[in-house]
Amino acid sequence: MTITVPDPSQKHQRREHGLMLALVSPALLVILALIVLPVGWLAWQSIYHDGFTLENYRRVFTEDIYWRSFALTFEISLAVTGIALLLGYPVAYLANSVPKGWSILILSLVVLPFWTSVLVRAYAWLALLQRTGVINQLLRYLDVISEPLALVHNTFGTVVATVHILLPFMVLPLYATMQKIPGDLMQAGASLGASPSLTFVRVFLPLSLPGVLAGCTMVFVLCLGFYITPELLGGGRTVMVSMLVSRNVELYNQFGAASAVAVVLLVSVLLIFLVVSRFISLDRILGQK
Amino acid sequence: MTRLSPARIVLYVISALVLVYLILPVLIIAPISFSSARFLTFPPPSFSLRWYEQYFANPAWMQATRVTLTVAFFTVVIATPLGVAAAYAISQSKLRIMRIIHMALLLPLVVPIIITAVGIFFVYAKVGLVATLPGLVLANVMLGLPYVVISVLAGLQSFDPAQEMVARSLGMNRLRSFFAVTLPQIKSSVVAGGIFAFISAMDETIVALFISGGQYQPLTKRMFTALRDEIDPTIAAISTLMTAASFMLVLLASTRQKRSG
Repeated sequence: MTITVPDPSQKHQRREHGLMLALVSPALLVILALIVLPVGWLAWQSIYHDGFTLENYRRVFTEDIYWRSFALTFEISLAVTGIALLLGYPVAYLANSVPKGWSILILSLVVLPFWTSVLVRAYAWLALLQRTGVINQLLRYLDVISEPLALVHNTFGTVVATVHILLPFMVLPLYATMQKIPGDLMQAGASLGASPSLTFVRVFLPLSLPGVLAGCTMVFVLCLGFYITPELLGGGRTVMVSMLVSRNVELYNQFGAASAVAVVLLVSVLLIFLVVSRFISLDRILGQK
Repeated sequence: MTRLSPARIVLYVISALVLVYLILPVLIIAPISFSSARFLTFPPPSFSLRWYEQYFANPAWMQATRVTLTVAFFTVVIATPLGVAAAYAISQSKLRIMRIIHMALLLPLVVPIIITAVGIFFVYAKVGLVATLPGLVLANVMLGLPYVVISVLAGLQSFDPAQEMVARSLGMNRLRSFFAVTLPQIKSSVVAGGIFAFISAMDETIVALFISGGQYQPLTKRMFTALRDEIDPTIAAISTLMTAASFMLVLLASTRQKRSG
């Protein structure tokens, strides 16, 4: 069958498509101008300076200061992810296994800090952890220590505050996944004679793994790019990749080097998302606020 | 199941400790802000409002507050309609490219913010937007868009597009039927998205560190600089006010979302 007359429904559909594209275009324009273009600019600047050059990447991959910073950032991110999982799993498990009212209370406490500025929380941790801070004063009052402990302006302080900020990103996907595990599966395990701990290890834990993966990915990726917390609580010694970027821009005017570091960081993040998306859908990672 | 086994008790204790860890920093700031002590002492020696007075009497802090509120206001005014239009198109259109556009609109959540910040700084330096109010607003619109889009898309999921069809078949044009039929039903998610965009603009620090300057520095940039130099309890007063503002806004957003079901 050949169509000679323009199909009115087709024309209608084309108008519809046009309208929808027009509606989405202002938002898309903002995204293109303010994130796609800037990131593209960084990528360009990292390889072009009066001609093409790979000098910036050579530096990032060979010079000690860059190398060490990347290594440290990955180590801290791994540690933060591991601790967040250890702390977050029990809380998510508890929230999932108690009556509705209690689980709402637990989840509210989890997301409460979420809505406090990262800056405010950095201040709070300084107040808690510094030499004359609340924790040191309390420990001295209780005669546990005689000299104040160095709890902040080092990697320890950075990790404590970073885990605090990222913990909700672990608990929420874990809880969402646990919610979908049918309760009768556990009962089935019990009725077949398995002990509660065996049922947990053999039934519940494997079924919660997608949540573990989603939470760990989000925490790890966010931690890779963390800036404010290590800058304020790291005491200048914990130089994470993000600080390398900002120092190269603000202090040394090394725009090419800063761009190369930023590109390597971004590629790492995108690779992680790409690998993880083969196992679970990206919506699952990003869907939780 | 509810019998208290040893494992269960361990679970309760660990969870309780984690929850304390989560909320302790949020709770510690307010007492510090009402303390009379210059240096941090806990518990505070006596009650005082001096840090609040210092904040409200300081022209630099007041100017920064004005900048923050102005930027947050314009961010909401611009990001909300853009986000609603985009979310509507994404949910209604069958075009395959919409999936890609949807992902693109979530980019600000995926790209590490430090990278976005440095990139914007370079682009702004070329076009002369560094240390300007429009520059700050535009960057925050971009950062706030994903919150509006996510919230409104969730609202549209429970909306039946056939209702709008009915309105149109009864003679309303597309625009009127949207405002008369669709918008009232997704109003709560629109308001919630706008509130999240406001909070995001109010708390935004990293982009502001790179692109703001002169008289157009938001509160967060001044706080960051102050925190790097010394710990001044004025920051505690500002933090308490900011936290109170955030919580009230979130409460507002969540009651609205609940009402829509």
